[in-house]
Amino acid sequence: MSFHPNEMQRRARLASAVLFLTFVFLVGSFFRTQVLQHAQYVLQSEENRLREVPLPAPRGVIYDRTGQIIAENLPGYSVSLLAPGVDSLRAALKRLAGTITLSAEQQNQAVRRFRRAPNRPAVIFPDASFDVVSVLEEHRVEFPGLIIQSAPKRYYPDGPAMAAFIGYTGEVNEAELASASFKGYKAGQQVGKDGLEKQYEHLLRGREGTRFVEVDARGRVVREAGARQDLLPVSAPPLYTNIDLDLQKYVVELFGDSLIGGVVALEPKTGAVLALHSAPTYDPNRFIGGVSADYYRSLNDDVRRPLYNKAIKGTYAPGSTWKLATAVLALQSGLVSPDDRMATACNGGYQYGNRRFKCWDKKGHGSVTLAQAIEVSCDVYFYQLGLKIGLARLVAGGVDLGARERTGIDLPAETRPSFPSAPASDYYNRKFGPRGWSNAVSLNLAIGQGENSQTVVNMARLYTALATDGQAAPPRIVRGTSARAPLFRLDDEQMASVRKALAGVVQRGTAAASQITGVMLAGKTGTAQSGKYKGAAELNHAWFVGFAPANDAKIVVAVMLEFGGHGTRAAHIASKIIEHYLKVQTMQVLNTEGE
Amino acid sequence: MSTARRRIADPTLVAIAILLSLYGIAMVYSAGQTDVPTLVARLYRQQIIWFVLGVGAAYAVSRASVRFLDWVTMPAYTASCVVLFALLFIGAGAGTAASSKSWLAIGGVRLGQPSELAKIAVVLMLGRILASRKEAPRSLMDLWQPGLAVFVPWVLIMRQPDLGTGIVFVGIFFAMLFWSGASWQLLVLVASPVVSLILAFSTGLWGAWFLVLIALVLWYRPYLAEGVAVVLANVVTGVVAPVLWDKMSPYQQKRLLVFLDPSTDPRASGYHVIQSQVAIGSGGWLGKGYTLGSQKRLAFLPAQHTDFIFPVVGEELGFLGVAVALGLFMALLLRSVRIAARSPDPFPSLVAFGLASAWFVHIVVNVGMTLNLMPVTGIPLPFFSYGGSFMLSCWLSVGILGRISGEGRGPADMLVI
Repeated sequence: MSFHPNEMQRRARLASAVLFLTFVFLVGSFFRTQVLQHAQYVLQSEENRLREVPLPAPRGVIYDRTGQIIAENLPGYSVSLLAPGVDSLRAALKRLAGTITLSAEQQNQAVRRFRRAPNRPAVIFPDASFDVVSVLEEHRVEFPGLIIQSAPKRYYPDGPAMAAFIGYTGEVNEAELASASFKGYKAGQQVGKDGLEKQYEHLLRGREGTRFVEVDARGRVVREAGARQDLLPVSAPPLYTNIDLDLQKYVVELFGDSLIGGVVALEPKTGAVLALHSAPTYDPNRFIGGVSADYYRSLNDDVRRPLYNKAIKGTYAPGSTWKLATAVLALQSGLVSPDDRMATACNGGYQYGNRRFKCWDKKGHGSVTLAQAIEVSCDVYFYQLGLKIGLARLVAGGVDLGARERTGIDLPAETRPSFPSAPASDYYNRKFGPRGWSNAVSLNLAIGQGENSQTVVNMARLYTALATDGQAAPPRIVRGTSARAPLFRLDDEQMASVRKALAGVVQRGTAAASQITGVMLAGKTGTAQSGKYKGAAELNHAWFVGFAPANDAKIVVAVMLEFGGHGTRAAHIASKIIEHYLKVQTMQVLNTEGE
Repeated sequence: MSTARRRIADPTLVAIAILLSLYGIAMVYSAGQTDVPTLVARLYRQQIIWFVLGVGAAYAVSRASVRFLDWVTMPAYTASCVVLFALLFIGAGAGTAASSKSWLAIGGVRLGQPSELAKIAVVLMLGRILASRKEAPRSLMDLWQPGLAVFVPWVLIMRQPDLGTGIVFVGIFFAMLFWSGASWQLLVLVASPVVSLILAFSTGLWGAWFLVLIALVLWYRPYLAEGVAVVLANVVTGVVAPVLWDKMSPYQQKRLLVFLDPSTDPRASGYHVIQSQVAIGSGGWLGKGYTLGSQKRLAFLPAQHTDFIFPVVGEELGFLGVAVALGLFMALLLRSVRIAARSPDPFPSLVAFGLASAWFVHIVVNVGMTLNLMPVTGIPLPFFSYGGSFMLSCWLSVGILGRISGEGRGPADMLVI
């Protein structure tokens, strides 16, 4: 070999140069990774190491108008598992099932939750009982990925009394997560599912906090706290409502478990909802975090349909309560005055064409004025009044009164009432064909039958206009202002006479049994055909919509008893509600002789 | 010579090696500090014992003369080959290489990995063969002896299989040929079939390479028969490459593919490399603090006490720690090259360079693998990775280098390279 020292030096220099450049390259590579790309790798390392455990924020507390609690949060626990993958989660769940009762369905559900959000702990029990928690705490060492977390639980102290408007909370579902309105929500979070909880979700939600736990490569929790500063949850501010909890509870008590129907009580000038109830009721507390199949089935199978909200969802023919609408339309257009009589006196029926339209009272009412017709609810008078107004105006006027519109109450899923659209002839031509109907539809419409079915809340709203100055505001459960809009225009004298007639209903007329001592109650009964029969007799819905005191109303109440028979029954309940409200309110005593 | 009486053969070299060993032991200790304790936690004690044994062995070797090394070469080489051959039948696996047969075990007790010591034997053997020639290898025919000397143990080790050590042998072979004065053209011709093997997967690249090779052959003008043989070898390897690929086991194929793109398999094969990079990258300038690396503590790093110990350095001591370690390694290698250059005789000079090249391959492949600059081949990092045989062999190398340094001409400091 060539081994001259000069040769050796040349090779040594070459070798050293290669060596040096190699190390420069290596150091440069480390510089790039450690210094230039540092941030990116720190992020990856933190992602490796930290798991975010959500700390649910307490939802906003809901108060009634006097500061009593409608909805609050109780301390509760959720149990979840951190796992690096589905397989290890299943294995851990299987082992858990050996320690506590954990059904296959619960296991599958936990896996589904994990799949939706693999970086969050998979929730096993959103609302674990104290027994489960204490057993798990004992065996904690055996389940390294187990996370027991305090989770505020929604609670409604007077649950069944609130069911018609409070709604409930539950885990956000896939469809909701996919929708734009739930942007920013994460799987596993509790959201409002119905009622106020849903309507005011954005206000009640609060801001979720995060606890950081440290896990190792196999998903075992190594450190439960202090891995990084926790972000504390921020609870939502309270929500103040117009509900009068005492009145609400009184209403629910009145209905008990035997009556079926809906009630809406409004403050006439503001539209504030004082009480809203649908009977029979259920316990929304049992819906929190998922209703049990048994309870849901029992509610769903109940023929009285407790889950069907009869105050805002159910629509019913308004019956005679609608006669006020007919009267208002006639007065507004100047066709009659309160003292006018119709051409044909009531003899228990009215012949129109080849058909005889019966009055509810077979004995007949004789010749009556408009005011008297309202008092005694004379059908024959209103048949003729309807004809006088004419179908076109009857329909167009009804539309103006809001007969086709939702009230806009701040609850989800209010049903839109049904009523013919204007122009009336087009509507009926569409419905029955051009020769399939006659002007006789006016007779039915005039007495609140026919193509007219209203929600209880919409009838209450209509009567707030009668109780005040012809204007009405959208009913509101949560405190706030809503703009009043005119439904009709009557002069003061006309308004006074209408109210007087409504007061007469209670003093002398169809609701005479429902007087309140010391208070002038005004209102109108209704007995509406339901189209359902029990044997030969048609079952009727009993209505009463009224307000008091008659000349300076503080409360409007609409009561509808499903298949409740005659309107006097509804009037009886309404008067009790109003009496309760006004007595508690220590209202001024009115002269019953009045105007 | 006056240096013969020196108590420590080459204080600079030894100091660097001691610093590296202490640094390494400190990292092996840290590698054991995990949140869920494992057996690794106690291994640093054994590493200290091996370090002490290694230093003792090095001292003993440095007492022996270069002539003794020359004398012991043949028996050591023969013994190595016999043991490596025997391992194919009685070898045992361990740790991350459980399926290979690299361990010599008697009665269930694992004694060590003979391949680590075989490296030194091969270096000695190659040194002897190359030193015995008057001139540098000029033709392929001149290479049959050194080639065979490496090929026999290489085949035995590749049969274990231990790809990492196999690569080291190839590195030693080329480095020592270079040091013996073989021209770079000859080295390229020798390496050309391997290049063809790799480039065969792209017809265009292979064609281009082929043209370069022809030009090289025409320029270098080897014997006609050899020129033809080289070209034919390139054709053959280029053709059989796809066949070889198919014959590779899926895990070997996967390793190579993952090297090209770790993200293709982030959960399995690519996992090691990605987690290693995350550990290093998250270290930043100064690291997360000694023993405090979260990737290591939480077991995201694979084999953090052996093959992937360097990411622990990167994570806990940051770029600074990495630079210090690499700086020490570079000093070690430069010092060794200097010793080789200073040695008056061909044999010790070649041996010194061969030992340095073995370290070099270990360092570059191991450190490169942690940053995905090299494929994952399971090759340990000198003085750092936990392992008795390797610590011993590294210190034996230090001892030999020290001795060679001691017999070199004049004080090392007077020679400028």
